Amino acid sequence: MDQTKQEPYVSYLEHKGKYTGIRSWIFTLDHKRIGLLYMYAIMVLFFVGAIMGLLMRIELLKPGETIMKPQTYNGLFTVHGIIMIFMVVIPGLSVVFGNFFLPILIGAKDVAFPKLNRFSWWVYIAGCILAILSQFLKNGPPDTGWSFYAPYSTTTGTNVIMATFAAFVLGFSSILTGLNFIVTIHQMRAPGMKFMNMPLFSWAIYATAWTQLLATPIVGITLLMLIAERLFGIGFFNPNLGGDPVLFQHLFWIYSHPAVYIMILPALGVITEIIPTFCQKKIYGYKAIAFSSLAIAGVGFLVWGHHMFTSGMSNQARWFFSLLTFLVAVPSAIKVFNWLATMYKGSIDLKPPFLYALSFIFLFTIGGTTGLLLGSVATNVQVHDTAFVVAHFHYIIFGGMGFAFFGAIHYWLPKMYGRMYNFKRATIAWAIIFVGFNLLYFPQFILGIEGVPRRYFDYLPQFQPLEVISSVGGFILITGLIMMVYNLVQGARKGEIAPANPWHGSTLEWQIPSPPSLENFDEAPVVKSNPYDYE
Amino acid sequence: MANNTTHTTEYRVLARVLLVLMFLTFLTISVTSYHLAAFGVTVALLIAGTKGFLVLTYFMHLKYESLLLRILVSMVFVLYAVIILITFIDYAYR
Repeated sequence: MDQTKQEPYVSYLEHKGKYTGIRSWIFTLDHKRIGLLYMYAIMVLFFVGAIMGLLMRIELLKPGETIMKPQTYNGLFTVHGIIMIFMVVIPGLSVVFGNFFLPILIGAKDVAFPKLNRFSWWVYIAGCILAILSQFLKNGPPDTGWSFYAPYSTTTGTNVIMATFAAFVLGFSSILTGLNFIVTIHQMRAPGMKFMNMPLFSWAIYATAWTQLLATPIVGITLLMLIAERLFGIGFFNPNLGGDPVLFQHLFWIYSHPAVYIMILPALGVITEIIPTFCQKKIYGYKAIAFSSLAIAGVGFLVWGHHMFTSGMSNQARWFFSLLTFLVAVPSAIKVFNWLATMYKGSIDLKPPFLYALSFIFLFTIGGTTGLLLGSVATNVQVHDTAFVVAHFHYIIFGGMGFAFFGAIHYWLPKMYGRMYNFKRATIAWAIIFVGFNLLYFPQFILGIEGVPRRYFDYLPQFQPLEVISSVGGFILITGLIMMVYNLVQGARKGEIAPANPWHGSTLEWQIPSPPSLENFDEAPVVKSNPYDYE
Repeated sequence: MANNTTHTTEYRVLARVLLVLMFLTFLTISVTSYHLAAFGVTVALLIAGTKGFLVLTYFMHLKYESLLLRILVSMVFVLYAVIILITFIDYAYR
């Protein structure tokens, strides 16, 4: 092959393909553009969900009716959950940064099946449209909570069928993406890149992809069973028809607990990338971190029953699930200890991505340790279905996945757009978000322990001070989020031109120009060593 | 790593597998007329598992794939078996 003619460098953002304008995005096969498409959709949906959350906090500023009726509140928390869970946090990091960076990190030109990747994006958008439509059609938004518990979901007159069908469609997108990533990692790695040379974000995406592939069909069929029960009166879950409502909970949580790991595993991967870069130090315990991702995914499949301790399960099943739940804390803790060991004697640089990584560790640890209270049968019974669960869940998902998402975007934005954001504004926004987050959710631990139930439109007057603090935290949080997004958008559009490797990172994405070219690498890279070789 | 060789399975073998699958489908329906109590689900799952094994092995050519891929697919079966088993711990003792 003639190597003398070098193609001039054109970034993926400037590349002229078959289509132009909006069609160059809708019909793109480029994994990087598909990653950005997901990101834009997810950011918009996140703000819609966040505003719904804020409306709930306004309603809870004082006891009794404040700005909405009880049924509106029921619809609002359901829609907030459906948007945030199925459209934002489950796809979240995996589809945005997995799509954009997985092929680059393993030295590939694209994912294994680019057309399937584009199809997954279309299916995702179709699912989102269906879910949003379900909120506005005649019978009103579903009022079951995002978990669609039977038998209520088999009888309520609201738009449950369309919302569950939307979740079913979104699940297909998730399955196809997972399949694509598994094949990509097995077949597309650069020459010399063995599994033990892969960056740890790729390991996290690999573990996530298996979970997506294996767990999602279970909820898919469960939601179809629910639809069949509503349409044809088949008695799967409704006891009046001979069904078993606990069966629904089993089937739902067999998926939805691993779904928590679909949300959090890529987040753990992001943090594992950020920490060695901003400590300029080789990651401590590479193999332990890599295998702990697989262990979390594996054990995470077997712990779903802790969501059902008060649902009438047998005692034997309760202690069994409790034991397994405690086991899953071990690989999670392995990661945290390895991150801390990596930081020890490192050249720490407190740039915004690292601040998000540090706050992730803090918040995820609070979320994780309060999770042990929920994994223990005795304490679970005390706080089940209270505000404590809301606080724990948000510390894991928002404090975990959310902060990792923000960390990832601050880390990789210079690579994605070739421009840099304002550090000072980013640091101030991080501080506001961190304070707002803790003010919003920490009081809910106390409220929950004192017995305030979740998903209630009203509360007793003695709980008002903590409810007010929580609502004020909500306003602070949203202020910080707006500031962060403004800073990132300004940076992406008008920021200073970023160098190819602004953080002195060692993984492959930092060895190519910013933004990358359409095919990422001029020549396939040859990998011979550990990706975190700082010594 | 990749196993890029192609394999052709004889029509005769595929036809035999198809017959076995049809027989197993017939068996799934037939056993419902017997009152096997709690074992009804076990029998149904065993038959379904056997059918899945045959489809994967012959129709999806898993027989000719690398050992790694076969192990990965086997682990999926094991995982689903464990999930079903754990679910039935609840049902057995409730």
